[in-house]
Amino acid sequence: MDVYLDNAATTPAVPEVAAAVSDALLRRFGNPSSPHRWGIEASRVAGAARDVLAGLLGVAGEEVLFTSGGTESNNLAIGGLAAARRRAGRRIVTTAIEHSSVLAAVDACADEVVRLPVDAAGRVAPEAVAEAAAVPGTVVVAIGHVNNEVGTVQPVAEIGAALARLPQRPAFHVDGVQALGKVPLRPGEWGVDTCALSAHKIHGPKGVGALWVRRGMRMLPLMHGGDQQGGLRPGTENVPGIAGFGAAARLCAAAPDAAAGMATLREKLWEAISMIATRNGPGPETAAPHILNVCVPGLPAEVLLHALEERGVACSAGSACHSRRPEPSHVLLALGLPEAAVRSSIRLSLSRLTTEAEIDAAAEAFRDAVAALRRLVHR
Amino acid sequence: MTTILGRFGEIGLKGANRGEFERRLLRQVRQRLPEGAAASLRGGQVVVHVPEASAAQTADAMTRVFGLVSVIGAVPAAPNMPAIAGAAIDLARASGAHSFKIAARRVWKGFPLTSPEINAALGAAVADATGLAVDVHHPDLTLAVEVRSDVVYLHGQALPGPGGLPLGASGRAVALLSGGIDSPVATYLAGKRGLSVAAVYFHAFPFTGDRTKEKVVDLCRALGRYFGPMRLWVVPFTECQVAIRDLCPAPFATLLTRRMMLRVAEELSRRERAGALVTGDSLGQVASQTLEALAAVGEVAELPLLRPVVALDKDEIVAIARRIGTYDISIRPYEDCCSIFAPRHPRTRPTREQVREAEAPLPAADLLAAALSGSERLFVEP
Repeated sequence: MDVYLDNAATTPAVPEVAAAVSDALLRRFGNPSSPHRWGIEASRVAGAARDVLAGLLGVAGEEVLFTSGGTESNNLAIGGLAAARRRAGRRIVTTAIEHSSVLAAVDACADEVVRLPVDAAGRVAPEAVAEAAAVPGTVVVAIGHVNNEVGTVQPVAEIGAALARLPQRPAFHVDGVQALGKVPLRPGEWGVDTCALSAHKIHGPKGVGALWVRRGMRMLPLMHGGDQQGGLRPGTENVPGIAGFGAAARLCAAAPDAAAGMATLREKLWEAISMIATRNGPGPETAAPHILNVCVPGLPAEVLLHALEERGVACSAGSACHSRRPEPSHVLLALGLPEAAVRSSIRLSLSRLTTEAEIDAAAEAFRDAVAALRRLVHR
Repeated sequence: MTTILGRFGEIGLKGANRGEFERRLLRQVRQRLPEGAAASLRGGQVVVHVPEASAAQTADAMTRVFGLVSVIGAVPAAPNMPAIAGAAIDLARASGAHSFKIAARRVWKGFPLTSPEINAALGAAVADATGLAVDVHHPDLTLAVEVRSDVVYLHGQALPGPGGLPLGASGRAVALLSGGIDSPVATYLAGKRGLSVAAVYFHAFPFTGDRTKEKVVDLCRALGRYFGPMRLWVVPFTECQVAIRDLCPAPFATLLTRRMMLRVAEELSRRERAGALVTGDSLGQVASQTLEALAAVGEVAELPLLRPVVALDKDEIVAIARRIGTYDISIRPYEDCCSIFAPRHPRTRPTREQVREAEAPLPAADLLAAALSGSERLFVEP
């Protein structure tokens, strides 16, 4: 049995999503900016998707704009907020365990970067964020709500509240890519200003994402073109992708118990392998429900990945975006793990479609692979 | 139609074999021709007629035919001075050059003017018609004129070909391909000297993943631009490597691994009816490439062991790898099996006796048989 446990890298689309994409490609193909009925039809499709996403976040539809994905959303938010505040300063506060699209965007936009340390569970202290953000010249705070490698959930609401008490409050960007559909996400109520989302992590198509921007935020576009999406993100909208994103978000909204189901299965998987592995990052009570990061001491992660793949199980070492590079995960190192443990750690990630039978098969494959490799690899 | 000339060098020297060499070369050229093109041998060069639209692409493909020293796009003209001058003026105008010289070569001695006379007459005609300056020392454009009895070819810049001998003219070989930088270059150089090559890759799953195998397939695809479709043997090698690690002294692990690889490759060379083995060894580059190590490893092979990059520096190997298009594939960072099992303190100057003794506990024949029976042969299209 093939078991796909790399859902934090990407998820399979579901038939409803494929149908929505196909419908938009074949029948609602107009340009949303066109004045005729074909254009109006296409702009309705995008508007409906926008409203569904806004509903998921508890924000207003016109505050959501569509992008090409999580990376663009993070870049647009961080770059756009920083550019609009250049006179106030060029200092950005983030954490040591962010996704590369946040870290690289921050590095590109700031003269001074503060990467706050995290504890062994991956959590950043809200007071530490506020303290770092209080330094004059700080214009943006950028933090991921759910970490993509270990599943840590940051105290975003507390950070938002702590920032609100500052006399000079910087803009607050949250990377919500791994949070959507997994943990409650209420940026509008939490004192957040912008929030990045991605469709393909929730069974939508690749190449489409969204950015929520609080109404009235001062922000500059990264690209220059037409006046689509308020001029912040010019270019004809990717209507088929947006339609697919909307369909995926609708299914998310219709599955309020999905997170609890994933958490239960994740713990079942962990119990089945806990004799031969150690767990990295947060414990089951505080972690996002879909990520399990484990270390199998003495086995190189790539070798374990290959052995699992041979047994039909897909997962990853670090994050998929990093696996072509031999450097050990910056996230696990920041959690304080020794490098040897980091090089022996893999991530298993579930989606709401993961079944109990798949988890049983994966646990069996994991035990079998580790036993087989123990014979091959030096202790 | 456009004419492309393919020049070859050494083939001309090869006496009695010349006919066979030329036939092989012609076959290699023909395999690269598009629809509607034709190739023939005339006056010691390959003459290709190709539709205008695919001329550039064909000339480029011909620069990867082993045996061709240079590839030249040529304009044919009738063998009389007015026709030659007309063609030369057109070429000079189209070139965008500010200065030029004529370099005439009279292959057909029956032509009424001598080469210097042709140079002088054509130079004057082109200068008068175009206003370009004659500059015999540093011209922007050198217009070569090749006078034959039936036709005169005019041409500008020649594209360099790989040179060497036509594929297959020297026989067949099996090359050990690792995924690194050196072995594809060694394979290329073997092909350049006329060897048709089948590759063998040792796959240590799960220590090396499918990405590494894919990398080797991509290397064969890149080499295929020179070789045409390539055969690639994928040999399961995990059992061998684990046995060596568990049964033999660690400092000898790499040497013993390489001995097993050569044994497998030699067996495969029987199936390929190959007469040589090719490796990417470069003298002194790593511990297993000292003279002593090469001797201790190489003694297991009966076939000649060719090491085309043995005397090249890394820079020189990299330069060739870049030129033939394998470098970017080779530097993709997937583990190859050598690096995972490499001992921390390898023996650099082993004696043959020490190596044989280290190998004694290894059931080499059984491991060899198992590796061979699990081998699969892939055909990689370029």
